[in-house]
Amino acid sequence: MTPVSRREFVTVLAAAGGGLLLGYRVEGAQRLMSPATTAATNFTPNAFIRIPPEGRVTLVMPQAEMGQGVYTALPMLLAEELEIAPEQIQLEHAPPDNKLYANRFFGEQMTGASSSVRAFYEPLRRAGATARTMLVAAAAASWKVDPASCRAHKGVVTHTPTRRTLTYGALATRAAALRVPDTITLKAPKDFTLIGTPAKRLDSPSKVNGTAKYGIDVRLPGMLIATVAASPVLGGTVADVDDQKAKTVPGVRQIVRLDDAVAVVADHMWAAKQGLAALAIRWDAGPNATVSTADIVQGLAKASETPGVTARKDGDPESAFAGAAKKVEAIYEAPFLAHAAMEPMNCTVHVRKDTCEVWTGSQVLSRARAVAAEVTGFPLEKVVVHNHYLGGGFGRRLEVDYVAQAVRIAKQVDAPVKVVWTREEDVQHDVYRPYYYDRLAAGLDQRGTPVAWTHRIVGPAIIARYLPGAFKDGKDIDAIDGAVQLLYDIPAIQVEHVRHERHPQQLCRGELHRRARRRVVAGPGGVPAGSAGQIATGAGRAGPRGEGRRMGEANATWTRARRFPSLQ
Amino acid sequence: MVTLKINGKSQQIDVPSDMPVLWVLRDVLGMTGTKFGCGMALCGACTVQLDGQAIRSCVTPVSAAAGKAITTIEAIGATAVGRKVQEAWIALDVPQCGYCQSGQIMSASALLARHARPTDADIDAAMSGNICRCGTYGRVRAAIKQAARSASTSGKGAKS
Repeated sequence: MTPVSRREFVTVLAAAGGGLLLGYRVEGAQRLMSPATTAATNFTPNAFIRIPPEGRVTLVMPQAEMGQGVYTALPMLLAEELEIAPEQIQLEHAPPDNKLYANRFFGEQMTGASSSVRAFYEPLRRAGATARTMLVAAAAASWKVDPASCRAHKGVVTHTPTRRTLTYGALATRAAALRVPDTITLKAPKDFTLIGTPAKRLDSPSKVNGTAKYGIDVRLPGMLIATVAASPVLGGTVADVDDQKAKTVPGVRQIVRLDDAVAVVADHMWAAKQGLAALAIRWDAGPNATVSTADIVQGLAKASETPGVTARKDGDPESAFAGAAKKVEAIYEAPFLAHAAMEPMNCTVHVRKDTCEVWTGSQVLSRARAVAAEVTGFPLEKVVVHNHYLGGGFGRRLEVDYVAQAVRIAKQVDAPVKVVWTREEDVQHDVYRPYYYDRLAAGLDQRGTPVAWTHRIVGPAIIARYLPGAFKDGKDIDAIDGAVQLLYDIPAIQVEHVRHERHPQQLCRGELHRRARRRVVAGPGGVPAGSAGQIATGAGRAGPRGEGRRMGEANATWTRARRFPSLQ
Repeated sequence: MVTLKINGKSQQIDVPSDMPVLWVLRDVLGMTGTKFGCGMALCGACTVQLDGQAIRSCVTPVSAAAGKAITTIEAIGATAVGRKVQEAWIALDVPQCGYCQSGQIMSASALLARHARPTDADIDAAMSGNICRCGTYGRVRAAIKQAARSASTSGKGAKS
């Protein structure tokens, strides 16, 4: 079972634009399906399900599969209520559409923060139940019997008293003519046959025989391959390029110069790589030419001496420290980190006269579409984006810098062009997780039990840039999440975030470093979970190693429900 | 012009002799199951077999592969060992993002063709060049052992 690329379907969806506001209503669904797609007989009760008269049922996946298993979990939610077996379905990547496919935690089509099942648990079950209700109604109508006397199971509706059956495919045309019911009944959890059961991953077969398609595997007629070198210093520009030698490399077709990068377009990646190596590029490093990691750390250290926004305060830490038998202090630094997904950044783009088509792997498909529209100047509805399996996301593919760059390159190329970053480029131009500087202190009583805890996190506010709507009261949930959810039950706790964005020499684009979320399950606040144990065990408590941590775990209070407090 | 024997089929390909096998497979022949990860033989994503040996196709020029049998992920299931490995991979749900798994399977199949019952040390030695960013190493090891058991069981069955 492999997600199929149904370009017609995607194009129709994309072209339908505002019409998709009605996507949940069958009238809208029917209108958007043009005769060219033979949709007249397809049953499309909502944006997630398409049942053709013949062949497999197609389930449309609103979240990106990057290894976390959503292409198994989300189909289970749909199939549970639709009453269909996993082997009867095929999957399709959703096209970009925030109205139809938004993750409710973010208000847009975004895959991240381990939220897919929580966000889609009920919506997908409702989608499945709606379709099942309509298929049963269609069957009952054709037999002129009470729908309550019919049962759906594994893609077949049975009239229980007479054992007559009709397949979903046979019912598709009739069901498509019905109104979407106002009320539906979801299955009771005790009746679940898929949810809660161990399931085999639906994507495994295609991932063991080479047929799974990632963005980098896209191939189009007449497609060229490009690789690129961006300014090694962020904010730098191309001062001069000598491409004479590169142009002599067999297979090199074109050198594309952008203000901050140079790309070599060729028949294949080998020629493109050789061409890139043969370029002599002189860079103007720009305002950040002399910035070093040491400068940045120094700035963070200085900022750590000032108070920040209080993210959590329990009890009275000040007096708790005053009454403590011992105070232990520590500074933890989390370095810049590249996401280093196994599949290097890549994006394929075909810019035509007045349309733009993009093939890539993205955790934020609507942002990919929006940035392509911005770069080309085309209206949104003239941009089509196709998603693929992601060869790792880790938050790197929450950014669309590589899409924007590929579109800028493709604007100058008279053919579809696949832009593939070398591994060196991928690491150098990753959108790094920021450097964080954490100042922690614990007050211990006579027995070595922590009675006071302060944690000051110093670093940028990624959310302020990335999801400004979720940046409230100066609190960056991405920076503080793990720290406020301290696993240890300490009576006096204070967590602060000192937002430190700027370096004195910072002049470009309002940001010195591009910064991104990175897959760190407890965020930078992963530090305290470990450090609490270390401080209590190693530094503070005179006892066997590990004892302090056990003490802490015994009192630990899990507070996972508080995740995304400001997003829900 | 170079003659390559890929998955049992000989073909004449007009590419520079120093062009790595990886790009011939992916960009010239459209066989995209073999993955590009680093281009420097550091990650193993591009692993194919050359006369049964696991090699990194990203640093193997076609001139070094001429006249030898290249086997890729697209055809490894046609071998008895490769099929067992794929079955074990599916049974244990080894892949996550899956991007490294073509390379993992090509290395594992080469190992099992050589050592029917590899020890942990054999597995470490054969697989250490294949990195996985999702961290599927535990299941990779378990699946290699399962494939080895399965191959030996079916071998006995065939004799009786």
